[in-house]
Amino acid sequence: MTYLAKPKLLSADAPKNALGYTRRDYEGAISTLCAGCGHDSISASIVQACFDLDIEPHKVAKLSGIGCSSKTPDYFLGNSHGFNSVHGRMPSVLTGAALANRNLLYLGVSGDGDSASIGIGQFAHAMRRGVNMTYIVENNGVYGLTKGQFSATADKGSKSKKGVLNSDSPIDLAALALQLGATYVARSFSGDKEQLVPLIKGALRHNGPALIDVLSPCVTFNNHSGSTRSYDYVRQHNEAVNRVEVILPRDPIETSYPPGSLRRIVQHDGSILHLRKLDVDYDPSDRIGAINHLQERHALGEIVTGLLYVDSSAQDMHSHLNTVEKPLNQLGDAYLCPGSKALEALNALLR
Amino acid sequence: MKSAQSIASINDFVIKFANVNGSGSASANELFARAVMRMGVPVAPRNIFPSNIQGLPTWYEVRVSEAGWLGARGGCDMMIAMNPQTWDRDVASLDAGGYLFYDSTKPMPASKFRDDITVLGVPLTAMCNREYTDPRQRQLFKNVMYVGALIALLDMEFGVAEALIVDRYRGKDPLIQANVHALRLGYDYVRAYLPCPIGLTIRRADAVGDRIFIDGNSACGLGAVYGGATVTGWYPITPSTSVIESFTSYCRKYRTDPDSGHARYAAVQAEDELASIGMVIGAAWNGARAFTATSGPGISLMQEFFGLAYFAEIPAVIFDVQRGSPSTGMPTKTQQSDLLACAYASHGDTRHVLLFPENPYECFTFGALAFDLADRLQTPVFVLSDLDMGMNESLCKPFDWDDSRRYDRGKLMTYEELEAGKDFGRYLDVDGDGIPYRTIPGTHPTKGAYFTRGTTRNAYAKYSESGADYVYNMERLRRKFDTAKNLVPAPVLHAASQPTRFGAIHYGSTSPAMAEASALLEADGIHVDTLRVCGFPFCDEIMQFIADHEQVFVVEQNESGQLRSLLINEGEIDPKKLVRVLHYDGSPITARFISSRIADALSDRKISPIRKVAS
Ligand SMILES: Cc1ncc(C[n+]2csc(CCOP(=O)(O)OP(=O)(O)O)c2C)c(N)n1
Ligand code: SF4
Ligand SMILES: [Mg+2]
Repeated sequence: MTYLAKPKLLSADAPKNALGYTRRDYEGAISTLCAGCGHDSISASIVQACFDLDIEPHKVAKLSGIGCSSKTPDYFLGNSHGFNSVHGRMPSVLTGAALANRNLLYLGVSGDGDSASIGIGQFAHAMRRGVNMTYIVENNGVYGLTKGQFSATADKGSKSKKGVLNSDSPIDLAALALQLGATYVARSFSGDKEQLVPLIKGALRHNGPALIDVLSPCVTFNNHSGSTRSYDYVRQHNEAVNRVEVILPRDPIETSYPPGSLRRIVQHDGSILHLRKLDVDYDPSDRIGAINHLQERHALGEIVTGLLYVDSSAQDMHSHLNTVEKPLNQLGDAYLCPGSKALEALNALLR
Repeated sequence: MKSAQSIASINDFVIKFANVNGSGSASANELFARAVMRMGVPVAPRNIFPSNIQGLPTWYEVRVSEAGWLGARGGCDMMIAMNPQTWDRDVASLDAGGYLFYDSTKPMPASKFRDDITVLGVPLTAMCNREYTDPRQRQLFKNVMYVGALIALLDMEFGVAEALIVDRYRGKDPLIQANVHALRLGYDYVRAYLPCPIGLTIRRADAVGDRIFIDGNSACGLGAVYGGATVTGWYPITPSTSVIESFTSYCRKYRTDPDSGHARYAAVQAEDELASIGMVIGAAWNGARAFTATSGPGISLMQEFFGLAYFAEIPAVIFDVQRGSPSTGMPTKTQQSDLLACAYASHGDTRHVLLFPENPYECFTFGALAFDLADRLQTPVFVLSDLDMGMNESLCKPFDWDDSRRYDRGKLMTYEELEAGKDFGRYLDVDGDGIPYRTIPGTHPTKGAYFTRGTTRNAYAKYSESGADYVYNMERLRRKFDTAKNLVPAPVLHAASQPTRFGAIHYGSTSPAMAEASALLEADGIHVDTLRVCGFPFCDEIMQFIADHEQVFVVEQNESGQLRSLLINEGEIDPKKLVRVLHYDGSPITARFISSRIADALSDRKISPIRKVAS
């Protein structure tokens, strides 16, 4: 841990986005994670994605559970409100926040223990409910903060640092999210920013539950040989199905890819996902195909990454609930309180 | 079989209907209760039902009391014995001189009756079989028929019940005719074949006034609407579910945007109580007024979140409709046994604000107030109701609302204040009342954002493991709790007719039985001042009341004396001073129970006068 204040060195020519913010305006407090922890790279990718998308930091609410991963929202988007809630329960807190104000962007950050072990129930139900959020699982196969116990995503047969073999079957959160109705599902690797940043951007612009399962090695407890979550293992077994580029409506559309290798998906808000196919047969609009693909490849020991599934016409929880367009937390007394006249009429019915 | 000393009483007795769950008796029984009320005589009906949907015994007890006693009285003057399964029990439960009404289609051996009661047989099944072919109709109209019989037996006005039927089925003429016909059959039979009226009669009075008749859960749901709640996360559990049903149905009525048809509220059925309270906390953190309704088991599951909300200082409203626990069975019975679980809910040094409504009127007013208090104090606020109050309709003052009242959103720092450079420390005690300022996410592009976590932080919400920062925070939370003392509703004192050394403290649904018990005791020359506690933390007035009396009875509906423990702990009271009066068999506490316990305790102490009250 270090308590050094961040140097306020701002070079005059630091690039600015359309809002006039530099990347620094999207950073947070200095990280207290172990040097080399995958989670820090994910924080950097989140900063990059928000900068690129010209997101106003205060229009983002970042929520997390408990764990090393769940501490990270303190380390990015310092001008956004954040909520480090309780272990495994971020999805419900985020759901409530999203109910209160449909106009903010909701970014949920969780760990594999937080989401697949203690929190699997809330994880599942938030996906089912169609909460409009970007849900990032920083998946290292262990409980980092409690010093290296297996989590529920650890592969069967993988070995802990202390040499214990994991005999339980793993939970694949991406496959689960697909089955439960998430409308944007991706997997990536903390060490591959080029793949991860566009996936986060696409998720932030998605209208519905977007899950990104990010393999994020724990250098302290799960980076040894015998682990299936180490940097080396993930690099060697990573099989990307596609590469994504996110194009905003305002951007000029130019592409140099040969026809047939590119797929163009327009999301609800007008943003365009350009998908360069790496696996020509892979269809990211086929939910069942995606589930099958994940399972087949997992059986072969491969880690499938990329944008696994997207439903560009997804609807979110607010449209299911038919709530008013104005955020509920901004409705004034007059919109909420029926007043004394209504009460008198009601009294008359109750006699 | 008529005994000499049959009970004789006008407008003051208890009738119990013994039915089978799911037989459609509820609406007929309610018709009877409403007919009594329409004759200007107050009633206090109570359902006693099993944790089951169909086939098990249920009872509906109607207390008729022109004097206006709304608590359970105890005893039974007339039994409408419609359930063969519970016959023996029902017959045995009648007071001597009482009346037994039954379906005399099948002859019953004399051994099945008692010789100190009046037996009134009407061949209901035979009459129904003659009249109807459809089995469901036979069942439903049998119920209406016994109401008709009662109208005659108690000398009530037939037209009153008839008018209620017309009101209920307005626009459905065939239904009106069929129901009135069944009512008439029962009525005519009694007039032709039984001596009537019996000793119990209803005489038109003017004792109901402008009062309304509603259950506490409906009133809580309405209170949440008036209190400005926009978000609820909930999970079904008896006896709290109807709080949410009420909220959503009043919202459909009052909170549907007239232009767009969109909802100005969101109700989400969660996957469990952990998620329901999580949603409430997330919504409240984000500036919406949010609540949940639950009962004991849900309170248990929510514990961790209560602690988080307490330390993260998030307003949340929880309606806890208390019941017997755990599992099924006792859960459809009433208790006040969650008091301690709520007062000190969660790990760490937590204490919570509690409100104790006594009836549906207060379920509404305290329900709405809870949202102001939660925002003002930035903490969870619990409204503690119970099954008796929540699920039974009761007469109460009509609801009122002051249109000039504005929601108190508490200390919110605004965009303008932040822009003007006002210092913002999320956990800083600026005003000395322990309550800090908060910002809602999205308030200002570059100022006022903070990271919410449990306790590990300084007054500016920056991560800190320093002991001094922790202590500062805990001392501020203690000051905040002291501030709450004078914001919760004040206790209600009922002084005895003479100065007395004895007091009684009670809360919630015990109130009507306590009021009547005081009157019973007074009639026997025993004087007890009573104080109804309406909120926690306890204000000084409560401690003063204890100090002013030599002996204080604490009357409550649980086994361990939870209110008593809370008083002892918070007020540093000598335990010997507080005497337990505890009722916890799952039935609502009665006036007879309270008065006899107090009278016994005082006679043990050789306090004169020591005449014993009937129990
Ligand atoms: C109710 C509860 N139980 C246990 C803990 C202890 N705990 C803290 S973090 C954690 C595991 C975190 O694992 P993961 O979500 O994978 O995060 P990582 O640290 O690996 O990023 C546990 C069990 C807790 N905080 N709360
Ligand atoms: S323990 Fe592991 S997960 Fe936690 S900060 Fe260190 S490397 Fe990262
Ligand atoms: Mg982990």
